[in-house]
Amino acid sequence: MARIRIAAPDTAEPGEIIELKALIQHPMESGFRRGSRGEVIPRDIITTFECLYDGEVVFEAEFFPAVSANPFLTFHTKATQTGTLEFRWTHQDGEIWSQTHALTVG
Amino acid sequence: MGGWIGRRGVLAGMSAAAVSSLAAPEAFAQIRTRLVVIGGGFGGATAARRLKALLPGADVTLIEPNATYMACPFSNLVVTGLRDLGAQIFSYAELSKEGVTVARDRAIDVDAVARTVVLEGGATLSYDRLVLSPGVDLRWDALEGYDETTARRLPHAWKAGAQTALLRDQLASMENGGLVVMTVPPAPYRCPPGPYERASLIAHYLKTQKPRSKLLILDAKDNFSKMPLFMEAWAELYPDHLEWRSASEDGRVSAVSAADRTVFTDFESVQGAVVNIIPPQRAGEIAVRAGVADATGWCPVNAISFESTLQPNIHVIGDASIAAPMPKSAFAANLQAKICAIAIVRMLSGQTPQPTVLANTCYSYTGPDAAVSITGVYTNEDGSLSSVPSAGGLSPLAATDSVRAAEAAQAEGWFSAVTAEAFG
Repeated sequence: MARIRIAAPDTAEPGEIIELKALIQHPMESGFRRGSRGEVIPRDIITTFECLYDGEVVFEAEFFPAVSANPFLTFHTKATQTGTLEFRWTHQDGEIWSQTHALTVG
Repeated sequence: MGGWIGRRGVLAGMSAAAVSSLAAPEAFAQIRTRLVVIGGGFGGATAARRLKALLPGADVTLIEPNATYMACPFSNLVVTGLRDLGAQIFSYAELSKEGVTVARDRAIDVDAVARTVVLEGGATLSYDRLVLSPGVDLRWDALEGYDETTARRLPHAWKAGAQTALLRDQLASMENGGLVVMTVPPAPYRCPPGPYERASLIAHYLKTQKPRSKLLILDAKDNFSKMPLFMEAWAELYPDHLEWRSASEDGRVSAVSAADRTVFTDFESVQGAVVNIIPPQRAGEIAVRAGVADATGWCPVNAISFESTLQPNIHVIGDASIAAPMPKSAFAANLQAKICAIAIVRMLSGQTPQPTVLANTCYSYTGPDAAVSITGVYTNEDGSLSSVPSAGGLSPLAATDSVRAAEAAQAEGWFSAVTAEAFG
C-alpha cells in the first residue's frame, strides 16, 4: 500500500494562490536495474499524477522511469470556491491511489 | 598503483610510497621558499609541521585566529557528559618550537595573481605556495529562520567549543520527558557519520538519565554512513529512546522557529525541548575569497597534489576540498596534508608529484564503551580520487560487546595518534 502525504491549507480567501504539496511513497523502479543475481528488476512506476478541484483537473504530471523514488510535487492553484481537492496517482498497471482534502474558501 | 590492495597492506604501502618519493631530504634543506598555511586544524597544522620538517630552510607560516585548537572528533562524548571539553583543546606551542611561524590572525583575502594573503590585523604576506585548510562554514542562508543569532538558542554544536558546551548544558537542564530533536543536512557535510554517533550517545544519555525522554532525528537523506551498524545498535540498545525519520518519511527540515523551538518539514511541524540543528555547510569563506571554491561551495582539486584546479599555487586540503569518495574527516585532512606537503616539496624541487594510495577510517561510538568503524581505501592515480574495490570495509554486524569495546579502544588510540601528528 502506497503511503501518501498531503500539505494543503484548510481555508483560503477567494482568489488566493495556495501552495499544495503531495508525496507518495513508491519505489519508482526504473526497469533498468539488475538484482544481485543479474536478473532484471521489472519496471514498476507511477505514470500519472492529477490534482482535481471539485472534479476539474487543475494540475497534472506524467512520470517516467527517471523520476526518483517517493515522488514529491509542490505546485500552486487559485482558491475559487469551497470544495474538495483530490490528489490521484495512477500506476502503470492501472491501479489508482488517491486522497482528498477539504478546502473552505471565503 | 593498480590491482587489488589488501586492507592490511595499505598502511605499509602508504609509508613506503612516502619514503620512496623523498629520497634525499638533505637536498631540500637548501630550498628557500615562502609557504603559507591558512587554518590550524587537523589539515593545516599537519601540513605546516610536515612542510617545515621536509624543508627546514623554508619560511613556513601558519595563520590561525584562535590561540588553541578545539577538536571536533570525540566532542559528541562531551555533549553527553562523558568527556571533559578540556580534553579537546590543543596548543600550537610545538609548531612554534619546530620553527613554524604561528600568526595569530585571521586571513581575510587572498590575491592568487600577486600571491599575497591579507590578514585582519592589517599585514600582507607573500607566498610561493599557499595551503588552504579552512574547514567548513555553516550556511546561515540555507535554512529559513536559522542564523548565528538563533543558533544560540538552537545549537548546532558542529564546530567544537562554546556550541558543544551549549548543547551539553541544554540536555543536562532538560526535564525528564522532554523531546530532543536533531536535524541532519543533505550530503556533503563535515563528518558523515557524526550525526548518528551523536544520536547514539544522546539516546544513551536519555535512556540512563531521562528515561521518559526521546530523540527524534529528522534527516534530509534516506541513507547514511554505517547505516546497518547504527540501525542494529539502535534497535538493540535504544528502541524506546531514538526515532530516525528519513527524507522519504518527511524528515527534510526546511525552516525553524527559534522562539518556540519548532522545526518545519514539508508536511509537519515538531516542537522540541532541545533542538540541535546541524545546518548545511560549505568551504570556509577564505576559499571563496581566494577563488578556489566552485558553484557547489566546495573546492575542486587535483587529487595527486591537492592543488586547486581553479587557481595555481594554491592547495586545498581537508573538509573544504572536493575529495569524495574520501569523507570530510580529521583522518582524511591529516593524510591529505601529508600527501600535499610531499607534493609541494616535489614541485619545488622540479619533480612531478606521484600518485599514491590513501585511506580513511571513521570510528563512531554507539554507546560509552562501544564503537563501530568504516574504512575506505582510495587511489588518486588519474588525478581524482576513487575507491579501491574490495579494500576497506565495515565493522561486522552482530558482533559481541568485546568487539565493540575493542573498537572503542582503537578509536581512542586513533585520536591520540592524529592529535599528536597535527599538534605534537
